[in-house]
Amino acid sequence: MIRVQTQDFDIGAEIAALTSGRTDIGAVVTFTGLVRDVTLELEHYPAMTERELERIEAEAHERWMLQASLVIHRVGKLSPGDNIVLVVTASAHRGDAFQAAEFLMDYLKTRAPFWKREGEKWVEARESDDEAAKRWSKKSG
Amino acid sequence: MRILYFSWVRQKVGTAEEAVALPADIATVATLIDWLKSRGPGYEAAFENLKLIRAAIDQTHAELDASIAGADEIAFFPPVTGG
Repeated sequence: MIRVQTQDFDIGAEIAALTSGRTDIGAVVTFTGLVRDVTLELEHYPAMTERELERIEAEAHERWMLQASLVIHRVGKLSPGDNIVLVVTASAHRGDAFQAAEFLMDYLKTRAPFWKREGEKWVEARESDDEAAKRWSKKSG
Repeated sequence: MRILYFSWVRQKVGTAEEAVALPADIATVATLIDWLKSRGPGYEAAFENLKLIRAAIDQTHAELDASIAGADEIAFFPPVTGG
């Protein structure tokens, strides 16, 4: 499931909603990204954001055995300490959930069309994020 | 065709969205960029360094040599910085 929203999210409530009534989930991994030090404004490309996040989520489900997943990304104005992104993955055993969560974050950071602005200055993309995403490239042979 | 601009590409071009009628010989993202650059100094500045330009065709990431035949919406933006 994908959500792009301006309002905050409650991690506990999101996990509860995802696992409610399920008996096939043995592991839940969450990643929460927070705004560090500065005030940010997030712009995105609404028509593409949702599609791209759905593609990334679908790829995670192809690669790992996931029972459920959730990606929430906030947009608009955010202050230091605010939640900005949430990734939740649920699987029967922890390995799939751990790896899928990391994959989702790496791909989100390099493919989902969001742009952060700090005051008048646009945040620059980091090469380390590209490197992190590359390790998931399918190896040939 | 609709063309969208985001982040500093939008600021440099000076508009978020526009509709354009393209000459028939504009076949790829790269040739579209060349054509846009001829439209004024804002476009020239936005597309000065193509290493910093990413493109999407109909809401899907596309390389600069990708064909734009049949596309409804092309977007230009810098490398993404979400998460």
